[in-house]
Amino acid sequence: MADPAYVRDQMLPPQKAPSTEVGTPRWIRENLFSGPLNTFLTVAALYAVYVVVGTIGPWLSRSVWNASTLQECRAIVEATYGAGKTGACFAVINERWQQILFGFYPRDLYWRPTLTLVLMLVALGPVLFTWVPRVFLWFSFAFPAVAFWLLWGGSVWLPITILLGFGVAYVVFRVLTPINGLLGIVAAIVAPILYWLFICGPLEEAIHSLIPLGLHQLYSDDFGGFLLSTVIGVSGIAFSLPIGILLALGRQSDLFIVKTACVAFIEGFRGVPLITLLFVASLLLNYFLPPGTEFDIILRVIIMVTIFSAAYMAEVIRGGLAALPRGQYEAADSLGLDYWQAQRLIVMPQALKISIPGIVGNFIGLFKDTTLVSFISLQDPLQLVSSIRANQEWNGIYWELFMFVGFLFFLFCFSMSRYSMYLEGKLKTDHR
Amino acid sequence: MKKTVLFGTLAAAAVVAGAAGAGTLEDVIARGELNCGSNAGLAGFSAPDANGVYQGFDVAMCRAVAAAVLGDPMKVKVVPLSSETRFTALSAGEVDMLSRTSTWTYSRDTDLKLDFVGVNYYDGQGFMVKKSLGVSSAKELDGATVCIQTGTTTELNLADYFKANGMTYEPVPLKDNAEAEQQYSSGACDVYTTDASGLAATRATFADASEHVLLPEIISKEPLALVVRHGDDQWADIVRWTFNALLTAEELGVTSTNVDEMAAAPGLNPEINRLLGTEGELGAMMGLSKDWAVKAIKAGGNYGELFEANIGASTPIGLSRGLNALWTQGGLQYSPPFR
Amino acid sequence: MSTAIEAPTTSFRLGMLIYDTRYRSLTIQVVFLVILVAFFVWLVDNTVHNLSLQGKDFDFGFLFVRAGYDINQTLVEYTNDSTHGRALVVGLLNTLFLAFLSCILATIIGLIAGVLRLSKNWIVSRLISVYIEIVRNVPVVLWIVLVNAIMSQSMPEPKDFRGETPAASMILFDSVAVTNRGVYVPAPLFDRGLGSLELGMFSVSLDLLAIIAVIIASVWGYRRVQASATRVQHATGVRPVTWWKSVLIITLPIVALKFALGFHLAYPELKGFNFNGGLQARNSLIAMWIALSVYSATYIAENVRAGVMAISRGQTEAALALGLRSSMALRLVVLPQALRVIVPPLISQYLSITKNTSLAIAVGYMDLRSTLGGITMNQTGREMESMLLLMGIYLTISLIISSLMNVYNRSIALKER
Repeated sequence: MADPAYVRDQMLPPQKAPSTEVGTPRWIRENLFSGPLNTFLTVAALYAVYVVVGTIGPWLSRSVWNASTLQECRAIVEATYGAGKTGACFAVINERWQQILFGFYPRDLYWRPTLTLVLMLVALGPVLFTWVPRVFLWFSFAFPAVAFWLLWGGSVWLPITILLGFGVAYVVFRVLTPINGLLGIVAAIVAPILYWLFICGPLEEAIHSLIPLGLHQLYSDDFGGFLLSTVIGVSGIAFSLPIGILLALGRQSDLFIVKTACVAFIEGFRGVPLITLLFVASLLLNYFLPPGTEFDIILRVIIMVTIFSAAYMAEVIRGGLAALPRGQYEAADSLGLDYWQAQRLIVMPQALKISIPGIVGNFIGLFKDTTLVSFISLQDPLQLVSSIRANQEWNGIYWELFMFVGFLFFLFCFSMSRYSMYLEGKLKTDHR
Repeated sequence: MKKTVLFGTLAAAAVVAGAAGAGTLEDVIARGELNCGSNAGLAGFSAPDANGVYQGFDVAMCRAVAAAVLGDPMKVKVVPLSSETRFTALSAGEVDMLSRTSTWTYSRDTDLKLDFVGVNYYDGQGFMVKKSLGVSSAKELDGATVCIQTGTTTELNLADYFKANGMTYEPVPLKDNAEAEQQYSSGACDVYTTDASGLAATRATFADASEHVLLPEIISKEPLALVVRHGDDQWADIVRWTFNALLTAEELGVTSTNVDEMAAAPGLNPEINRLLGTEGELGAMMGLSKDWAVKAIKAGGNYGELFEANIGASTPIGLSRGLNALWTQGGLQYSPPFR
Repeated sequence: MSTAIEAPTTSFRLGMLIYDTRYRSLTIQVVFLVILVAFFVWLVDNTVHNLSLQGKDFDFGFLFVRAGYDINQTLVEYTNDSTHGRALVVGLLNTLFLAFLSCILATIIGLIAGVLRLSKNWIVSRLISVYIEIVRNVPVVLWIVLVNAIMSQSMPEPKDFRGETPAASMILFDSVAVTNRGVYVPAPLFDRGLGSLELGMFSVSLDLLAIIAVIIASVWGYRRVQASATRVQHATGVRPVTWWKSVLIITLPIVALKFALGFHLAYPELKGFNFNGGLQARNSLIAMWIALSVYSATYIAENVRAGVMAISRGQTEAALALGLRSSMALRLVVLPQALRVIVPPLISQYLSITKNTSLAIAVGYMDLRSTLGGITMNQTGREMESMLLLMGIYLTISLIISSLMNVYNRSIALKER
C-alpha cells in the first residue's frame, strides 16, 4: 500500500478577509454607500456640512475678542487678514456678557444670583435624585422664600414671617383635626390666609424694628438677561406645580361643576398663545385688580406665566395619573383611605414620579418661551441684544450677539433634555 | 403710600398701592425715586451704557425732574417701554412721567386721558434713502418699500401722505429701531421713515453715513412731548415748569457751571432771582423746595447744554437746533415767564 | 319576618350636607360654584370700576371706524380706508394662511427627518440628530429673527436685477424672482374670467371655484376608472391598462378649462423700486414659514421616530418575509401602524404652530396679533376690547383644530373587535 505522496498535516493559516470586507472600508460601504439612495444621502449630507462650515468657518476663525467699538473690530480684522475680509466681532460679548447674563443687576451684588443658583441646585437635589436624604426636602420647600430674599433683598424677616404662615396652618390642622376633621381642613386653609392678610405685615415690621437684618433692597427693573429668564421660568414651573396637580385632580373628579371648571381653565389657557397672556399681564391685569393696587411688572408676568404653565402641567400630571394601574386606586380604597389620604400616600407619589420627564419638558419649553417677554419690553436676553445694538459703539452688530444668546439657551436646554432622557430610561427599568 | 399684602407670599413685598389718582408728588417723595418711562434703545435719546445706566436727551429730562423733586438726578428708575405699551404703563401708574419721543396729538391728549406738558423736541417725520437710489424727493417714492416702526403715529402719517400724493407703497412694519435699521441697511426696504431726529441718529451710526441722505420733505408735525397722567395737576405743573426752567435758564444764560454762583446771592436780573429761588417763593407754590430749579439745572445743564451734550452738532448724532432753537434765535422753544 | 334594612326615615338635617355622602358632593360643588362666581363678580366689578376711573368704556364700536393704516400682505381686498374690523379679518386670514402653510411643511420635514434619523447611514442619522438637538433647544423667536436676517442679507436686492450685466437674475426661465424682499412668482390671470361672487364682506373668485370644481370632478372620475379596473381584475384576474384613461381624465378637463377661461401667467417684472405683477410672498411670511416649520419639524421628527420604534420589530420582519422591499414595508406595514402613535402628538404640534404664528411681531408679518392686537389696539387705545377679542379668536381657532383632529384621530384609531 503506497503511502500518499503528500498529505497536508497542517492547516493553512487563515487568510485575511478581503480589504473591502473588514474594518473601516466595510463599515463605510455598509453604512454609507449600501445603495444608490444611501450614496446620494451621504453625498448630500457631506455637501451640506461643507456649505455650512465653509460659510461660517472662515468668518468665525477671523474673530476679534478685544475692541471697544464695532468700527475698531472691523479695522482689526482688515488689518490682520487683509482688506475686504470680514470676521466675527466677539469683543461685544467680551464687554457686555455680564449684562446678557444678569441684566442691570448691580455688579458688586452678582454673588447673590450666583448663590441663589447654587442653592437652587441643592434644593432640586432631593426632588430629582433619589439618593439624596429626604431631610433635604425641607430645604427645597423653604427655597422659594430664600431665593426671593437673596434676589430682591430687603428685610430677612419678611420671608421668615411668610413661611411662618405654613407653620400656622400645620399647627391649626394638628390641633383641630382630632376635634373635627372637616373643621381642621377648613381652618388650616383659612387661618394662614388671615395670618398673611392681617398679622404677617405688622409682625414683620415689629421684628424688623427690633432686629434690623437684611440685604440691600433691589427692584425688579434691575433684573434682566438670563437671570430674568431663569427667575420667570423657575417660578412659573414651581408655582404651577401645585396648581397643576389640583387642576389634574379636578379634571378627573366626579363632581360635575368642579370638573367643568377645571376643563374650561385648562383648555382655555392652552388655547391662547403665551404672548397674548403677556400682553394681558402688561396691559390688562391692573384693570382686574382693585383700584389703586399696583403690581410690579415682573410679578404680573410671573402670575400669567404660572397660570399658562399650570394648564400644561395639569395635562402632564393627568398623563401620570392615567398611567397608574387601576389596581392602585382600588388598593387604596380597600385599605379604607379617604380621597385625600389615597392621593397623598398612594397616587401622587407614583404619578408625580412618572410625570417628571414631562415636567422637565414643560420647563424647557417655558424657559425658551421666556424670550417672549421682550415683546413687552422686559430686559430679557433678546431685548438686551436690541439695547446693545442701539448703542453708538455696537450699532450694526448682529450675528455675534444672537449666536451668544442662542448658544447659552442651547447649553441650558440641551443639558436639561439629556437629564430628562436619563430619567426616562431610569423610570422605565423601575417598572419592569 | 400704604402697603397692602394682597396675595400672601407672592405679593408681600412687591405690591405697592396708591398710585392712581392724586398725589404723584407724595408717591415719588415717599418712594425716593422717580419712575420715568423711556425708550429701551434709541441712540442719543435713551440707551443704556455698559454699566446699565440710561443716557440720552429724553433721560436727561427725567433726571432734571428727579433733581427738582428729590434733589438727586440719579434717583430715576428708567422704565424701558415699547411704543405699544407706553401709554398704558403711564395710565396704570407704572411710571410717573413719560419722556419717550411721544407725539402730542389731539386724540392722545383727550381720548387716552394723558396730559402733554411740554414739547422737548419739535420733530417731523422724514425719509432716509440710500444715495445710490438716486431719489431726491419723497414725491419720487411711488412703489417703494418703506420700513416703519409699528405702533407709532408715523404709520398713519405715511398712509395719509402717499394717499394724498396718489402714490402706492409697501409698508414693512417693524418692532423697534434696531430691527428697522437692520432691514433698511440690508436693503430689504428702499426707505426708512420715522421722526427726522431718529433718522439722523440712525444715520450717524452707519459706517457709511455719507452714502445715505435724508429727503427734504417733512410730512408731519411731531411735537415730541413730556407726558403725565390726566388728573394730577400739581404733578403736571412740576414736570411742565421743570422743563420751562431749563428753557428759561438757557434764555437767561444760566448754565450748569455758573448756576451755583448765581444762586449764591440775588443778582441784578429779577427773573433769574425768581427762577433760582433767591427771590420770592415760586418753589413752594408747587410744593417744592426754594432751589428746585437750581438742582434741575445742575443735573445736566440748561436745555441748550442738554441738547448739545446728547444730540447736538458735536455728538455723532449731529442734529442742528433748527426748530428747537430758542424763540429769541428764531426757533419754537418758548417758555412762559417765571413770575 | 323582614330583616331588610329600611331606608332611614329620619328627616333631613343640616349636618347631612357634610356627613352624608349623598349630599356631600353637592355641597362641595355649591360652595365651589359660589366662590367661583364671587371671584368673577369681583374681577368684573374691579374692571368696571377701573375703566370708569380712567373714563373709558367697553365698546366694540371702534371695529367699524376707518383704520387708516396699510397692510402689506393681504389675502382679501384692503385699503387704509377700510375699517378696523376688516383689518382684523385680514390679520385673521394671514394667521390662518401662515399656520396652514407651516403645518404642511413642518409635517413633511418632520416625516423625512424622523425617518432619516433612523437611517442606517451613519452620517445622515448623525446630521439629523444634530439638526434636531440644535434647533429644538433654542427659542423659536431666535430662529424667526435669524431666518429673516439671513433672507434679507443674503438675497439680492431688486435693483441687482437691473442693468446690462445684472448681479442677480430670475430663476426658472425668468419666471421667479428671489429677492431680499420676498419671492415673486407668476400670477394666474384669466382673459375671460367669470368675475367674482360678492358675499357681504368677501368676494370669492368664481374662476377659483370653477377650477376647484373641475379638479374634484377629475379626481372623482379617476377613482371611478380605478374602481372599474379593480372590478375587472377581480372578475378576470387581469388588470386592464388604464394609465391613458387616467392621464386623459386628469389633464383634459383642466386644460379645456384653461383655454375656456383664457388662462395665462403674469410674470413679475422689475418696475421702479420693486417687481410688479405676479404674486409676492413677502420675506416676513417666508421667514415665519420656514422658521416655524423647521422648528416644529424637530418635534414632529421625534414623534415619528417614537412612532416607528413603537412598532415591534416582528412587524417589519414579517413584512420582509412576505417579500416586500424595505421601502414598501415601511409604507405599507410600519407607517400605517405608526400613524396611530404619531397623530395625537401631531395635533398638539399643529396647535402650537398656530399659536406660535403670533410671534410674527418679531419680523413684522401682519397677522391677527399685529393688526388687531398691534396697530388697531395702539391707534384706538382699546386694549381691553382688543385683547379679549384677540384671545377669544385664538381660543376658537385652537378648539376647532383640536376637535377636527380628534375626529380624524378617532377614525384611524385601532378598531378593536
